[in-house]
Amino acid sequence: MPSLKDLRNRIASVKATQKITKAMQMVAAAKLRRAQGAAEAARPYAERMETVLASLAAGVAGDGAPRLIGGTGSDKVHLLVVCTAERGLCGAFNSSIARLARDKALALKAEGKTVKIICVGKKGYDILRRQFDQDIIELVDLRGFKQVGFVNAETIAQNVLARFEAGEFDVATLFFSKFRSVISQIPTAQRIIPAEIPAGTKTTDAVYEYEPDEGEILDVLLPRNLTVQVLRALLENAASEQGARMSAMDSATRNAGEMIKKQTQLYNRSRQAMITKELIEIISGAEAL
Amino acid sequence: MATFKFELVSPESILFSGEVVSVIVPSVEGEMTILAGHVPIVAALKPGIVLAQTGPGNGKEFFVGGGIVEVNQTALTVLAEQARFLEDVDNDVLDAEILTAETRLAAAPTEDEQRRLRELLIQLQEFKGVLQQRKAA
Repeated sequence: MPSLKDLRNRIASVKATQKITKAMQMVAAAKLRRAQGAAEAARPYAERMETVLASLAAGVAGDGAPRLIGGTGSDKVHLLVVCTAERGLCGAFNSSIARLARDKALALKAEGKTVKIICVGKKGYDILRRQFDQDIIELVDLRGFKQVGFVNAETIAQNVLARFEAGEFDVATLFFSKFRSVISQIPTAQRIIPAEIPAGTKTTDAVYEYEPDEGEILDVLLPRNLTVQVLRALLENAASEQGARMSAMDSATRNAGEMIKKQTQLYNRSRQAMITKELIEIISGAEAL
Repeated sequence: MATFKFELVSPESILFSGEVVSVIVPSVEGEMTILAGHVPIVAALKPGIVLAQTGPGNGKEFFVGGGIVEVNQTALTVLAEQARFLEDVDNDVLDAEILTAETRLAAAPTEDEQRRLRELLIQLQEFKGVLQQRKAA
């Protein structure tokens, strides 16, 4: 049986924790609003880019296609770009992305393929390091940035592109968490090299004219598309992270509230028991006289 | 008059989406006017002004800092790297923005930040150039 003092201390410490989780939840809510706006604003551009690219790609498919669309012709070496958060305390957000990447990496390895991993964000690195230490070729640190933006995406995309030009890998896949709502974030894998042509886009039978020529436009458009897709992943991720943290902290606050209630009840009961006991002692003492 | 769907999208937002009569875009090989039923075309854009005609005597002007235009049978999409409403800016606003960008560039601590601001500055100066050309014309 814990003493009254123990109970009091316990309640005080849970209350302090509750205050912290409450504050974190509110901070996450404020950040979420901004991140969500940014993610949603970036969506149409990325989607239009995809459709434009899809209709272009349908026209150039075949031997003469640029390598960013047609691939290198083999799929021996896979690059996984795993985007996670820099911080924890956001529920299953980081681990669900890492799990998706891990499953993919293991499946590829079982097929005898080589896997290379670039981690964007420290948390994913921490999780994947245990299993794939030799496969991780780089860790991109975004801790210094308050809000991820175009520059970050460009740096990452250029890094990936340089490695592709150098022939370091054949296929690249981007892992991130798609933001659907505060309570639902979907870990997603998206192939970025060769560019994934979304199934179901009806290829217009119209033949496009190009100005200047096809090759030149694709030369500009393909690297740009890569940047845009990375940017979208980063923005979706930022929103998802805040959403996940918000709901995680919300339930933490609620759990702390329940705990306080229980402990307070216990505290009051034992206090009353103590008073009753003391009363009995006084009364029986007086009767004995 | 025959209309078609026009969308102007920048990485930050959709600036315009709706039915228009004609659109003038600054492609790298000269300005193009696009009407309904235009041949499908994909063209690269240079920094300049996009003019969308929504009705007789009714138009909207945008500045774009380069990008891509795609025309298919039903719609015209401009994917701009940078876009804004022309009516939001004039020379003074631009000068002020260039000045802030310059001061912030001088004080920028990180290399990434510097690069970002430098790019912004180039954009703004391009925009200013386009605006002045237009005034002269």
